[in-house]
Amino acid sequence: MRKANPLNLNRLTPAEGRLLDTPPAPLPPVAMMESEMRSLIYAAGFCATASVAMAETPVLTVYAPDYFASEWGPGPAIEQAFEATCACDLQFVTGDVLPRLLLEGERTRADAVIGLNTDVTARARATGLFAPHGQDTSDLTMPIDWTDEVFLPFNWGHTAFIYDTTRMDQPPASFDDLLAAPDDLKIVIQDPRSSISGLALMLWVKAIYGDGAEEAWEQLQPNILTVTKGWSESYGMFTDGEADMVLSYTTSPAYHIIAEGDDTKQAAIFDEGHYFMVELAAQVAGTDQPELAQAFMDFILSEAFQSIIPEGNWSFPAKLEADKLPEGFEQLKLPEKVLFYSEEEAEALRGPALEEWRRALSR
Amino acid sequence: MSKLTGWTSIAVLLLLSFGTLAAVLSRAEGLTAISSDDWRVLRFTLWQASLSAVISVILAIPLARALARRQFRGRGLLITLMGAPFILPVIVAILGLLAIFGRNGLIATITGLPIQIYGLQGILLAHVFFNLPLATRLILQGWLAIPAERFRLAASLGFRPTDIARQIEWPMLRETVPGAFLVIFLICLTSFAVALALGGGPAATTIELAIYQAFRFDFDLGKAAQLAALQFLVCGIAGAVALKLALPQVTSGGLDRAVERWDARNPWLRAQDAAIIALGALFLLTPLTMVILRGAAGAFEMPATVWQAAGRSVFVAIIATTLCMAMALALAFWLNTLNRGRLWVEGISLLAIAASPLVIGTGMFILLFPFVDPTRVVLPITALVNAAMALPFALRALVPAVAQTEAQFGRLADALGMRGFARFRYLYLPRLRRALGFSAGLTAALAMGDLGVIALFSDPTRATLPLEMYRLMESYRLEAAAGAALLLLALSLLAFWIFDKGGRANADA
Repeated sequence: MRKANPLNLNRLTPAEGRLLDTPPAPLPPVAMMESEMRSLIYAAGFCATASVAMAETPVLTVYAPDYFASEWGPGPAIEQAFEATCACDLQFVTGDVLPRLLLEGERTRADAVIGLNTDVTARARATGLFAPHGQDTSDLTMPIDWTDEVFLPFNWGHTAFIYDTTRMDQPPASFDDLLAAPDDLKIVIQDPRSSISGLALMLWVKAIYGDGAEEAWEQLQPNILTVTKGWSESYGMFTDGEADMVLSYTTSPAYHIIAEGDDTKQAAIFDEGHYFMVELAAQVAGTDQPELAQAFMDFILSEAFQSIIPEGNWSFPAKLEADKLPEGFEQLKLPEKVLFYSEEEAEALRGPALEEWRRALSR
Repeated sequence: MSKLTGWTSIAVLLLLSFGTLAAVLSRAEGLTAISSDDWRVLRFTLWQASLSAVISVILAIPLARALARRQFRGRGLLITLMGAPFILPVIVAILGLLAIFGRNGLIATITGLPIQIYGLQGILLAHVFFNLPLATRLILQGWLAIPAERFRLAASLGFRPTDIARQIEWPMLRETVPGAFLVIFLICLTSFAVALALGGGPAATTIELAIYQAFRFDFDLGKAAQLAALQFLVCGIAGAVALKLALPQVTSGGLDRAVERWDARNPWLRAQDAAIIALGALFLLTPLTMVILRGAAGAFEMPATVWQAAGRSVFVAIIATTLCMAMALALAFWLNTLNRGRLWVEGISLLAIAASPLVIGTGMFILLFPFVDPTRVVLPITALVNAAMALPFALRALVPAVAQTEAQFGRLADALGMRGFARFRYLYLPRLRRALGFSAGLTAALAMGDLGVIALFSDPTRATLPLEMYRLMESYRLEAAAGAALLLLALSLLAFWIFDKGGRANADA
């Protein structure tokens, strides 16, 4: 077996070390069994008996994407930090945040949501379920101005193609270079219909090439090794050496640098600029815990929350000065120019842009 | 008794398939017309599913025959291991296949040839990799169910292998192959992540991806429901055709003697079987070896929560297996007494495979939400859905076994006045054991690895093992994820082996 291939690409020991500092202890097995039993009891329909004991502390329910609240995401640390100040119980409920909210409508149990993207905020806003966040967003550490009064940014990054310096000396310096690259340079991307990063790539190309986007996709097609459903498949194919470059984020190398001590994964920076991606939170207007929901909004831009983001979500915090970022982030290569569509533009563009994408790549 | 349970099973299956579909439809804001693109997607879906199923079955026949007429050391282990691809999580299987057939895979590295896996060939390769084991097992069941006496008689009549093929094996294949084809066709029909990743681009869009798009990209529940209904329709037509083609075999019984194959003693046939088994094993086991190698490196990086998730997956698997066996036995006995309506019941039992997991999940959410917090019941629901998904496989194995037992011994048992539990215990159980063990093992293994309906509602503190594996991947911990995948593989295989072994105890195979 060759040395570089699949087995020893991801060194995890440093990450494990870091994990030990991350506070939330997983539930002990006994408690786990208990909760399982409970779910069974509920299933059988004997609903009444179970949840009596914990009625004392008020509960703040926050809907979040699965990755956010998993033990390797920022959720557990955020939960601990917030609970230290609020005398409440912060509970993350995971799943597909927006579809779930749309299905639940007014009856939703959510007091707040976190982890929405700009590509869904137009539809989220149209539900009228959300209340203003009430934060001053004039001094955020983001490359664009933010004036939205409902959706509050908590972290950001840019789309970028990641390459391995041991396999590629001279990455493309612009999107034009990438389009003109020889056919044997293979990239792997995500499907815009099933993946947020895939959607961002589609808008990135649209922002650079406008009406020529379809032509650009046609030129790119020979270089596209394949399109995957989600980011994980793509990234796995890249680290296994199957593809030369993978569509990911400018902040992805931070994981390899900090957790693995590996600086061979880098973002190729393109002259035309990179598409800006931001993740957002909002409070639900009909919450029965308005003070707690507001307190959570206030907490999001605090340093306690923001300093969890870099190594919890491997992205840039929305409000944290560069000198407070963990060591390793200063090594990240960042674009000079940032491309971004407002919510309305993105909503109007994504249908036609998807058609162009599909037509060009189906040929 | 079996009638009541049979009806209950049918009700559950209808709820999971059409009930959830209706629930989704009830929340739709109008219907969007199905576009010409959707028809193109449908054509592609049918094309790739048919090809995948045909190839899987054609390759499975010689492999099953070779395995049926040879006895060798490690045969049982080989059969169990060869079943592994079927229960692998999609993402793990894709990376395992690419490690062999990919641009940077073993074959390309050794031969230096540029291998082009992406495209229809990639989809077929992956689908055959997934489904060849299942087809082989289903057909092998058929071979092993042929009474030893018939081979004795054939030998004493001086049958050559071609005579045996025509007189004994062909009628058996007529009975088993359409069913095997059908379930594989249906599995490939709803395949989505594989078709996309190995198909190389949006040209390889299946209906399931279109449903996903309607949900996630457009949030158009009406369109999602329509596409799901279209998927059911296609499944219904395919099911009707396949079940019509399957000729039930009416045969005389045997005395459950060990099978001795005098016809296969010829050295040329011996070499042929050895080559077929070796090729099959090579194709199925090399990507698996890569999965194991990748996972072994990550096995020590796995956090404790992975083990807790594994515990939860075992729990789901046990519940799902119990439910599935109860439904399958009830339906198999009930089906045996039915004349009219038999096709309907069999058809309904197949519905769950053709159902879109996304529609089931969303529909269940809509149905449950007014009454109970859906996250609290996510594990029992997962178990129930898995039981329904595995039911068609269980029925494929159980229905012929029940029919045959009843045909052969029913009158004798009647004459002896064997009824109720005694009849089940002494007449059926010994004869259904192999089919029961196989289907229980398959259900447990499938339930263990299923990500299923929990995309919309999961509970952060109650992840199952496959979900935990995805979470590890999403947070860049690919090596630990590979370790979790190995654990998942080991648990699934162990569950399969335990049940299957239980079913084969004292049997000659």
